[in-house]
Amino acid sequence: MRFERKLLPAVRAMGLGLLLLIPAGGLAMDVDDAPAAVVIDFLQNLYEPVHFDHTMHLDMATCSHCHHHTIGTGPANPLCARCHAGAGEGDIVACSDCHDAQPFTVENLKKTAEPKLFHIDKPGLMAAFHINCRGCHEEAGGPTGCQDCHKMTEAGEKRFNTGKYAPSGYKAVPKHHDAEKKHE
Amino acid sequence: MNTQLSRRSFIRGGLAGTVAAAVLKDKKASAAHNFEGYPDAMGVVVDLTRCVGCRSCEAACNKEQRLPEPAEPFDDFSVFDYMEHGQKRRTDEAHYTVVNRYDVPAIDHPLFRKIQCFHCNEPTCLTSCFVNAYTKTPEGAVIYNPKVCVGCRTCLVACPFYIPTFKYSSAFSPRVMKCIFCYDTRLKKGKPPACVEACPQEALTFGKRTDMLRVARQRIRETPGKYIDHIYGEHEAGGTSWMYLSPVPFGEVGLDTDLPNEPILNYVKGFLSFVPVVLTLWPALFAGFHLLATRKNRVEQSHNDANREG
Repeated sequence: MRFERKLLPAVRAMGLGLLLLIPAGGLAMDVDDAPAAVVIDFLQNLYEPVHFDHTMHLDMATCSHCHHHTIGTGPANPLCARCHAGAGEGDIVACSDCHDAQPFTVENLKKTAEPKLFHIDKPGLMAAFHINCRGCHEEAGGPTGCQDCHKMTEAGEKRFNTGKYAPSGYKAVPKHHDAEKKHE
Repeated sequence: MNTQLSRRSFIRGGLAGTVAAAVLKDKKASAAHNFEGYPDAMGVVVDLTRCVGCRSCEAACNKEQRLPEPAEPFDDFSVFDYMEHGQKRRTDEAHYTVVNRYDVPAIDHPLFRKIQCFHCNEPTCLTSCFVNAYTKTPEGAVIYNPKVCVGCRTCLVACPFYIPTFKYSSAFSPRVMKCIFCYDTRLKKGKPPACVEACPQEALTFGKRTDMLRVARQRIRETPGKYIDHIYGEHEAGGTSWMYLSPVPFGEVGLDTDLPNEPILNYVKGFLSFVPVVLTLWPALFAGFHLLATRKNRVEQSHNDANREG
């Protein structure tokens, strides 16, 4: 299955969650084929969509840092290289094609219980983003605070009892996000 | 003569009863000893290398379990500095789970550790409860029935992880408050608990406990040096449904490393099984011994009295 760039809005409309669709221009996967920006909106209940600047990130990481072994450039992680060293360009390279938005459904748990399967520990979509993006951001000094990438929606404020849903009598203290400071 | 015979047979019966009860009890006890948890029980691996202390799990738990409004928003991270009686935050009637921060000298960033009910394979809260308010379900959850609870709070003392808490705030419907693995609303429908679903880093991984052990072992094996080579909860307190992976010794992130590898129950099982026997049969037994031992005196006394009169 290959998507042309012009199909991107349609994909969004279909509610597929979106996810780093890189259209293939001919046989070789090329940087020029990459979408300029991607909207990551599957968490949009609690948070606003993330507007991911794909072009900007091309200068900061190699393709395989995020796309592992699916785009024919060879995996960056030596763990993956044990099996996927010679892997060619895959048919689909979107994150959501491998990483499930709902990793712990009964069906998915049945799949990962398969005794011969190596990938029994594949992160779900949300975790794939956070582990990969946030891990790199910590090392490279990118933003790591929750709302640096996605602002909270009203539903999010309700969930977290914050903003206009802050507990009555609560006096806000100056924020210092320990999670943000993890690598300072 | 008649009364003496019946007393003797009473004692004999008592002795036989004691022995029989002890033997039967021991049989039951040894059967319980071999219980290694329900085969299809679900479990969670908490990976401390992944947790970033965002408190999303706390917020999700609060809404899912309809717990009271917190004192501070769930995106207020000053709670990590909170100390009471020299202790970091603990679970209480408004928080089935809490995240705490641990500044470990060996690594250059703080670690965060969520805590909640461990859902033991052989829960001590359950065995300590004399009205059976607790149930370990085949799905792995340790759930609680407030309708039969008499509020004795033995479970609070019995829990090796100090998890169950009491709703002191309610004078008319006090009850024990603890994490129930989202049993009613999620687990029994095959869904992960709310905290797991909310975790952005998948620091909480959900699946069958046996599969979670495979996942945890794989992480330790495939990334040497990242983890302490131990899965906390695999054996602790007889095995728990919630298990932990850590990059530092577990004592440094506030987990009790002195817990035995067998259920706490095993330490008191022999004693507890003997309590009913002791309470019912020993009084009769020793009263019998006393009567036997003093019979000679009484017979002599009556002989002497008879002689004197004669």
